[in-house]
Amino acid sequence: MKFVDEFRDPRLIRAAAEEIRRLADPDRHYRIMEVCGGHTHSIYRHGIQNLLPPNIEFIHGPGCPVCVLPMGRVDDGLSLAERPGVILTAFGDMMRVPGTRGSPLEYQARGADIRMVYSPLDALKLAQENPDRQVVFFAIGFETTAPSTAVTLMRAKALGVKNFSVFCNHVLIVPAIRAILDSPDMRLDGFIGPGHVSTVIGCRPYQFVARDYGKPIVISGFEPLDILQSTIMILRQLREGRAEVENQYSRVVPWNGNPAALRAMAEVFELRPYFEWRGLGFISQSALKLSAAYAEWDAEVRFELPGVRVTDPKAAQCGEVLKGVLRPDQCKLFARDCTPEHPVGALMVSSEGACAAYYHYVHRVGAVGR
Amino acid sequence: MCLAIPGKVLSLEAGGHLALVDVMGVRRRVNIDLLKDEGVSEGDWVLIHVGFALGKVSEPEAQAQLRLLAALGEDRLALEEVQGYRFA
Repeated sequence: MKFVDEFRDPRLIRAAAEEIRRLADPDRHYRIMEVCGGHTHSIYRHGIQNLLPPNIEFIHGPGCPVCVLPMGRVDDGLSLAERPGVILTAFGDMMRVPGTRGSPLEYQARGADIRMVYSPLDALKLAQENPDRQVVFFAIGFETTAPSTAVTLMRAKALGVKNFSVFCNHVLIVPAIRAILDSPDMRLDGFIGPGHVSTVIGCRPYQFVARDYGKPIVISGFEPLDILQSTIMILRQLREGRAEVENQYSRVVPWNGNPAALRAMAEVFELRPYFEWRGLGFISQSALKLSAAYAEWDAEVRFELPGVRVTDPKAAQCGEVLKGVLRPDQCKLFARDCTPEHPVGALMVSSEGACAAYYHYVHRVGAVGR
Repeated sequence: MCLAIPGKVLSLEAGGHLALVDVMGVRRRVNIDLLKDEGVSEGDWVLIHVGFALGKVSEPEAQAQLRLLAALGEDRLALEEVQGYRFA
């Protein structure tokens, strides 16, 4: 297959940008949060901000799973790798995330048995191949990823694999959006809703954003034209005084989501009363743990974990950046103490993190698009 | 982590949990338990995430997703991921 240029149809892109200019009230400043890290990456990679008038600003939301994981949870997970007989498995995204005493890669270099996997099923397979070892899967991710962990646990139970367990850090996007909306310094006009999370949960769970908070939210695809079209849909709602959930990405996202995935999640997980998010603090009912029926496969039940809490360095302003109060380069540490090579805050770790994306596409290029 | 990898279903495996898919010329097995309700057939295009088919899409949409991965510079990583699946 031949890949064409990223702007497949420059004419459509230009027309969309013109429509945005037409719809935007020049006397108003618009702040639109893209919730998902995939959108953040696409916005920076394609320079979409440069296509927009200066009074429309994208605010980068909390949708990057490694970015919102508190360092204490990283430390807890890594403490498992120091136990004799344990193989700790994690996605590649986790391998460079710093804990207090280094990242999984650094633990690996010091001799801990940590292995990168591409699927939770790989971790299960590893457990089957190593019956004399305890294999723990360090599960992270939003609703896109949680069903895969759920099905893996259902397989483990069905196959009777007892030396497998999951350190569950799955988080939910909807409570995070609510926490941002409830934040006193919130100044957002609308949301670009996550794409692939919504293939699982559908569009209904976002209705409170429109109904209770009066903000438009448009579920969006990831291509430049998708993001521009979603921006148009948000601007139209604002202009007409509407606040609704709209689905720009209906070619992939069904209104009701994926019922089989939701059933698997409901069987395997239950809500934690509260969970700490890096940068956002404790959010009630915002994360998943294994249900009683799966307690046998719960690493937090099987092993005693230290339950570490680590506060982020005071100077790091990850929370303000996550809530859209500060731009990444307005943080005191940005590009000085905190770089992709030596991340202090988690937003600098992943390519989907707001700070890493800003660093790669704006700071290093030296062309600030605003 | 948010992006999904499009693949074309070549065949279904006995047992009902797995399908053989083609992703950019690479053949691997992925789990299809999450598509139980819709059902999967040979020739379908699916979006793959961490070893699981998460949803069905049209062929033009699958091509669009491939273009997007390339545009974001993540096509190599996606291929690496699919080649890295070792559960089946």
